[in-house]
Amino acid sequence: MGAVLELDAVLRDARVWRGRAGPASTPGTSQPTGHAPLDAVLPGGGWPPAALSELLLASDGIGELALLWPTLARLTGNHETVALIAPPYLPFPGAWQAAGVVLSRLPIIAVREPREALWAAEQMLRAGCCAAVVCWLHAVNDRALRRLAVAAASGRTLGFVLRPATAATNPSPAALRLALDARPARLRVLKCRGGLPPSAPIPLPVSTRH
Amino acid sequence: MTWACVWLPHLALDGVLRDRAEPSRPLVLVAGPVQRRRLVAVNQAAGASGLHAGQSLAAAQALLGHFDCIEHDLAAHARWQRLLAGVLYRYSSQVSLDFPDAVVLEVAGSLKLFGPWPRFAALLHADLDAMGFRHHLVLAPNPCAAWVLAQNHAELALDTPHALTHALAQVPIDRSALPVNVTDALRAMGLRTLRQVFTLPRAALVRRFGPDVLAHLDRVRGTAPNPLTWYQPPDRFDERIEFNFDVESNEALWFPLRRLVQDLAAFLTGRDGGVQRFEVLLEHEGRAATPVSIGLLAAEREPRLLFEIAQSRLAQASVPAPVRAMRLRADELPPFVPAGGDLFAPNAAQTLAWPQLRERLRARLGAEQVYTLRVEADHRPERAWQRVERGCAPLPLPRVSSRAQLGSTNTMMGIAETEARYAFAARTIPPMRPGWLLARPIPLRSRELRILSGPERIESGWWDGSDVRRDYYVVETAEGQRVWAYRPSGEEGPFMLHGWFA
Repeated sequence: MGAVLELDAVLRDARVWRGRAGPASTPGTSQPTGHAPLDAVLPGGGWPPAALSELLLASDGIGELALLWPTLARLTGNHETVALIAPPYLPFPGAWQAAGVVLSRLPIIAVREPREALWAAEQMLRAGCCAAVVCWLHAVNDRALRRLAVAAASGRTLGFVLRPATAATNPSPAALRLALDARPARLRVLKCRGGLPPSAPIPLPVSTRH
Repeated sequence: MTWACVWLPHLALDGVLRDRAEPSRPLVLVAGPVQRRRLVAVNQAAGASGLHAGQSLAAAQALLGHFDCIEHDLAAHARWQRLLAGVLYRYSSQVSLDFPDAVVLEVAGSLKLFGPWPRFAALLHADLDAMGFRHHLVLAPNPCAAWVLAQNHAELALDTPHALTHALAQVPIDRSALPVNVTDALRAMGLRTLRQVFTLPRAALVRRFGPDVLAHLDRVRGTAPNPLTWYQPPDRFDERIEFNFDVESNEALWFPLRRLVQDLAAFLTGRDGGVQRFEVLLEHEGRAATPVSIGLLAAEREPRLLFEIAQSRLAQASVPAPVRAMRLRADELPPFVPAGGDLFAPNAAQTLAWPQLRERLRARLGAEQVYTLRVEADHRPERAWQRVERGCAPLPLPRVSSRAQLGSTNTMMGIAETEARYAFAARTIPPMRPGWLLARPIPLRSRELRILSGPERIESGWWDGSDVRRDYYVVETAEGQRVWAYRPSGEEGPFMLHGWFA
């Protein structure tokens, strides 16, 4: 009986590849993205916990915040800290608050040079006191990303790395890679650990009411 | 009453040795006039080469070619004694420095909290060993006896008057803390231990040696009162380490810095305080000292954290000249409120709490680089937000002052008022605002623009000098980005880009 239970647990693990059948049953993850179409295709039904997720942006301001806001709102609403490292522009508090993000639990770390952003991201991921760390990195190599991935795993923290879309061709140790296109506004899953990336793009969530 | 005496046989030498990174180098303390320098104390390495206290410096130099020679500093001696009193103040409110080379504390009450004695003694040993002071520790029913016995026993605990009488009887008169001329005279009379002295007739003793000797003997036996002055912990911390060479690299500063920070932390633990702002002064030869000030968002006293922060601040400081001495000064010592940890923390892998991590980030990146944002009730986008540098602090620091009562009501009103303002801000801010705001508007250079909504007129600020009259539009560019752009009111000119709807 014990062995049977163990096998069940093993099969439920998203990292077990189950052939063409795909993940048979996706148990609820603790980190849903807040977008039902995206949750439906991701193995585990949400962001990979304690790992790095990479968002590749065709350009700034094409819906990356609308994608992240539900997660950030849920975490800060749960009295957890979420940090932004080196955001490219000023997060306009009115809009973030309207999206449900608790601003007092959203420390922002500004940096003077890119290396500092990497250092801060690794420290915050490793410390494990933040529920999620969102960082904007421009020129970053595979080794630095791997360090961040290890830090996220050891601190059991959600890590989000936002990079330009030109990095899509480079290999990456991130558990999940999403590419965001501006026109048409859609989202492609390039890689997801523990599952086959769906071939069809997903429409991007609409940011604010229009 | 029960008294513990910490006797420090090598106070001067230990005080110097603990400031040095290599304690194994031969080192001597010297004193006396320039022509007749004499060794006061030698460390183990110097002792192994045949040097000993009382030797002349010339003889020592003949024996050993190379050793460090430090001037015996009586002021430093007293300072270390006070520092130790500050550390031991943690265990008792009655700490006295009246006896030379010793700290005496009343522990009858402390034993209930820290006892029994073997466990309490282990705590004291651990503290003193961590600070690098060799010591004797004796527990006795009266302070003077504790002090005399501490000079004869490394460790002893007496709890009954009978045991005390027995122990005192065996003390040799050379080490009974009587003046040298008295002990010489007593030895010439054929007396060897205090037992024999105690049996002498009191009247004869007074006639021969004066009343002071009898008073000392009575105090040792506990038959005469022994009023002591109590140590009061100072309200500030100020310690200094002088180097006998020029320090030109950062690495050589870490050891003394660690020592100073550890002393500060031990001192703070003693008075149950924390430190929020302190200053490290790097002193140079012939020019003003370089101050490096370290400010924290909350009072802390954890030595590792304090050292790490001081280290990263020091590493960034520009030091114009070689350093001759380092001084650590802390003038404000607010009460320390330990952060309450969560027993069922959501993240079991947490290794560092957010306040400590924030200090680490602030120390490395700069204090103004870590902040949160707040909504301000203003329609102008430039003024609709505010940076809060200490907004992420969970609790305001409690202040101990006579105005505490008044202060608390003030804080309450402050919170209510702020909440009201937030509520007002949340109500009045229209929901259609971009997630990203540009620090300053830039011209929007894009050909195919499609206006999605607008105009929304923002006209405000005529009263404070930054007048704004703009018509804001939500515009879609050819690349598919949605932007927040404006034109001056009533004009048909090009758009100015002010934000992204991301």
